[in-house]
Amino acid sequence: MKNCEYQQIDPRALSVSPLSAQNPAEKKVQRPRRKWEAFPGKNRFFCDGRLILARQNGVLPLTLGLIVVTSGLFFAFCPFLVEHLTVCIPVIGGVLFLFVVASLLRTSFTDPGILPRATADEAADIERQITSGSSTYRPPPRTKEILINQQVVKLKYCFTCKMFRPPRTSHCSLCDNCVRFDHHCPWVGNCVGKRNYRYFYSFIISLSFLTSFIFACVITHITLSQAKKGIVQAVQESPAVVELVICFFSIWSILGLSGFHTYLVASNLTTNEDIKGSWSGKRGAEESGNPYTYSNIITNCCATLCGPMPPLIDRRGFLPPDEAVPAAAASEMELPPFTPKSDANMCTQSTKDVLERMLHSSDFHGLCPSGNPKTSPLVQEVSSSAPATAEPSLSSGCSRQLARQAVVDPCPLLPPVAFSKSNRRDSLHSINPAFRLASPSPTLSRRALVLGDGPDIGFIPQH
Amino acid sequence: MAETHSLQDLQQPAVSSKVFVQRDYSSGTICKFQTKFPSELESRMDKQQFEETMQSLNNLYAEAEKLGGKSYLEGCLACLTAYTIFLCMETHYEKVLKKIAKYIKDQNEKIYAPRGLLLTDPIERGLRVVEITIFEDRSIGSGR
Repeated sequence: MKNCEYQQIDPRALSVSPLSAQNPAEKKVQRPRRKWEAFPGKNRFFCDGRLILARQNGVLPLTLGLIVVTSGLFFAFCPFLVEHLTVCIPVIGGVLFLFVVASLLRTSFTDPGILPRATADEAADIERQITSGSSTYRPPPRTKEILINQQVVKLKYCFTCKMFRPPRTSHCSLCDNCVRFDHHCPWVGNCVGKRNYRYFYSFIISLSFLTSFIFACVITHITLSQAKKGIVQAVQESPAVVELVICFFSIWSILGLSGFHTYLVASNLTTNEDIKGSWSGKRGAEESGNPYTYSNIITNCCATLCGPMPPLIDRRGFLPPDEAVPAAAASEMELPPFTPKSDANMCTQSTKDVLERMLHSSDFHGLCPSGNPKTSPLVQEVSSSAPATAEPSLSSGCSRQLARQAVVDPCPLLPPVAFSKSNRRDSLHSINPAFRLASPSPTLSRRALVLGDGPDIGFIPQH
Repeated sequence: MAETHSLQDLQQPAVSSKVFVQRDYSSGTICKFQTKFPSELESRMDKQQFEETMQSLNNLYAEAEKLGGKSYLEGCLACLTAYTIFLCMETHYEKVLKKIAKYIKDQNEKIYAPRGLLLTDPIERGLRVVEITIFEDRSIGSGR
């Protein structure tokens, strides 16, 4: 992009020595940054954006550790069973173990279906639509009702992402993203959403098989060895006791969880919807069906497990190298309070350039979401303390309770709870949301300094 | 010292406004956009052409999300290989997404760019909206 054609005079650059200021091209040559580096949610990225994980990986190391230790012990006492039974036993065990680990890693490191936050223009457009109809005395409504398959569904407005959430989407407070949501699983260390649900499902199914298989082998082992030595000695000698204990306890929860999710898959429900009882007869018998179901178990299964996995965020695309410069410079200027004009500074280009850009489409993709780093850190500050208070309750809450269907699981409840918390905070900070969006300059200049030493949002124009 | 230029010197049309075409959820969560012609575009292009573009887009997305024999086969094969096959193979959905990107580029080149408009691929907006950027029409002489 044109690096030195149009630059705002940055007051900080004036204090730099004139020699270095004479080589703007040299200064501007920075490593091109990828979009994941400016991602507004609370996620961690590995392998240059190829892998994504929640910020707190919950008990993922514990899950992995348990699986590896249990399987390791199984392979350790396998030789006994091999000589007594068949050599297939470690083979089957090995295949199952690999399947489990592959599915687990896939679930943990895949983007669950995160929705990108609304750009500044989109958010402003939505605000205009909301405030245009209502009178000045009533707070603008933050829900939208739509008809899905002749059934009324309410869409809620997300204050963090500044958009009306599409159906079946929830804002996960742990990851600070709107996700096509099922639930946030701390065992897996990530949200489980549309894109990684099938990996999660295959993980729990294969884990059920693995634990059942190991349990059966342990029982067989003890039975066979007690025939020779007597039960007490058999139990004392082999390491199978540990296996037995672990498998016994995990088998109930894993099988229960598998059964629960099989039910969800067959009826095309998400954990979130099931726990909240969205479609289960709240309004009486007439209109309370699930509008997304195909009314056929096979079709529901296929739709959930073989459906599309739209990649809604682009992690590895490049941000244009001077995307940060106009954003930071624009924030320090006194902009007229119209967001389209501030965008004019960022998106100024000729129609010919547009055509050229479309040939190099990765450049262009980065240009428009340049609005994101500008607006999202604002609300991340606002709502960051809301999830912080909810965190301790979540990490203790979710562990086994998904399996125990009698107990209401707090994790999927968290998004609505977090929503109401951030709702309250946001309502304090945005008495007039139209004003907050329309005149970003005073708040931005304040926060640009605060965020200057934060994560690499790229507000620092020169380096 | 940083050189300053005035906006006029650059001869680049500024963005006048943006129109957002929202999703149509009446048939469920499948990706479908509203085909209603936005009033801001009335002065720039034909209603017919716009509706044709949106309808083609909707058809392409429907093709991408179609649950048919091919997607079932893909799903089963992927399941058997513990989903490692996705590391080397492109899914049907991704192939159609590329087709959609090409279609939008074509439409921009042929229809929208000559009228000072630009369609943004909805995948860049998380499949929420189709963003249409309206550029200032310098040929008329008056701003916006």
